[in-house]
Amino acid sequence: MMFCQECQKRPATVHVTRIVNNVKTELHLCQECAKHHEGLAFSFNFEPNFSIHKFLAGLLGGSPLEMAPLQSPGCPNCGLSLARFGEIGRFGCSRCYQAFGDGLEPLLRRLQGASRHAGKVPRRVGGKLGVRREIEKLREELQQAIRQEAYERAAELRDRIRSLEQGLE
Amino acid sequence: MSIENALKNPYTKWMEGKGPYASIVISSRVRLARNLVDYPFPHVQNRDAGKKVAFLVRDAVLDPRFRQQVGGVDFVFLNELSPLDRMVLVEKHLISPQHAAEEGPERGLALSDDEAVSIMVNEEDHLRIQVLFPALQLEEAWELASGVDDALESRLEYAFDERYGYLTCCPTNVGTGLRASVMVHLPAVAMTNQANRLFTALSKLGFVVRGLYGEGTEARGNLFQVSNQITLGPSEEEIIGNLASVCRQIIEQEEMAREKLRKDALTQLEDMVFRSYGILSNAYIISSEEAMVHLSNVRLGLDMGLLRNVNIRKLNELLVEIRPAFLQKLAGEEIDAFKRDFKRAEIIRSALA
Ligand SMILES: [Zn+2]
Ligand SMILES: [Zn+2]
Repeated sequence: MMFCQECQKRPATVHVTRIVNNVKTELHLCQECAKHHEGLAFSFNFEPNFSIHKFLAGLLGGSPLEMAPLQSPGCPNCGLSLARFGEIGRFGCSRCYQAFGDGLEPLLRRLQGASRHAGKVPRRVGGKLGVRREIEKLREELQQAIRQEAYERAAELRDRIRSLEQGLE
Repeated sequence: MSIENALKNPYTKWMEGKGPYASIVISSRVRLARNLVDYPFPHVQNRDAGKKVAFLVRDAVLDPRFRQQVGGVDFVFLNELSPLDRMVLVEKHLISPQHAAEEGPERGLALSDDEAVSIMVNEEDHLRIQVLFPALQLEEAWELASGVDDALESRLEYAFDERYGYLTCCPTNVGTGLRASVMVHLPAVAMTNQANRLFTALSKLGFVVRGLYGEGTEARGNLFQVSNQITLGPSEEEIIGNLASVCRQIIEQEEMAREKLRKDALTQLEDMVFRSYGILSNAYIISSEEAMVHLSNVRLGLDMGLLRNVNIRKLNELLVEIRPAFLQKLAGEEIDAFKRDFKRAEIIRSALA
């Protein structure tokens, strides 16, 4: 017989298995503890609260190697430090993403399997994003024009880039 | 208005019992996590910042133009509701247990008149837009959620990054912020011991399956929730499409297992279904666990045509009606476990009569 991993007193009769990215976590509880376990009794349709942050904190803070690419004094907006992020596995505000720098990218890739958003873009951002992508494209054309010594075309491109950039500000 | 109704009436949109594969898929849910730029996330926010966020959202959803775009919406601060009322909303799946547990004037809920759309304010993220539809209707749910998202976005400034998408409190939600899930009833898969194999396969495909297991007994009501794990990388349409196609595979497995049961063990199956029906229509005291087991059997009997005079919508309503908070709401007072078991049996008997 298996005992409840929370109270260690009663037999474990509720067994929860969670599989995330092929890592299996198991929870064995008695009826009593399961009742008090956050989110378990009513868990349909909602993510369980019980382990995801601890699990994540383990992933982030568990090995110094994982944290190594992250070099940041912390977030200037909310004050969250890198060490604290490793402990709680949650950001303090949306600025944290920028504050933690490029080291965040491999971490997200590890967690999500990718690090680049390919979905919906808010309309408000959508316009600007489109312009920025246009500018990137024109810059490439400009480089090509210069390489081909097509200076008239290059000047044209440079002016268009400038006016687009002014529009962004 | 709508929130008052939601608290009185067990019925909510997802219980309709109609729609594609309604006999196996109980509900489809789409949830979008969104945050306002620069405000600290709820777990570190102070009360004033939290209230500011809540007021911004409230003004946005009560804006007459928002009503035009999305339909009637009601807004309430959770501290205006009793703990019991908040639990009722949890039992109806309109808010999360975490949201219900937190006190304070900064937690809010916006609910559409038909209860299909609920927007949690200051849960883990500033906004959790949720759409719950009956049966397998993931695409429809996504379209509605995305429309609500657009209507909110035209009034609120979201935290968004070109590279990482919608910025969320937890890195497991970043990107699309989209969690799509289906609640499925898989008694035959569970009975034929295929559940573990199926769930392992699903996890390899990037889906999470959750269910509650009682050792020696069947899973609690044989109800499982399947949802996407990855939120960054694939587009919303890909996530929804993948889950829908995986869901169709699960349905096929369950249908095959049901046919196998019909072929190999019809008598035992009938015995099980009618015993459960007998217990539910005659018991005077019944625990939630026992009720869930028998309700699952009756549902299976109904789906397989063994039982006829039971209404699927009524069965869905019972999933909520027999829960502790709702029972107490019906009783009009706090009642102990024994009285709940008595009341539960009474409600089930009259539902099946
Ligand atoms: Zn225990
Ligand atoms: Zn921050």
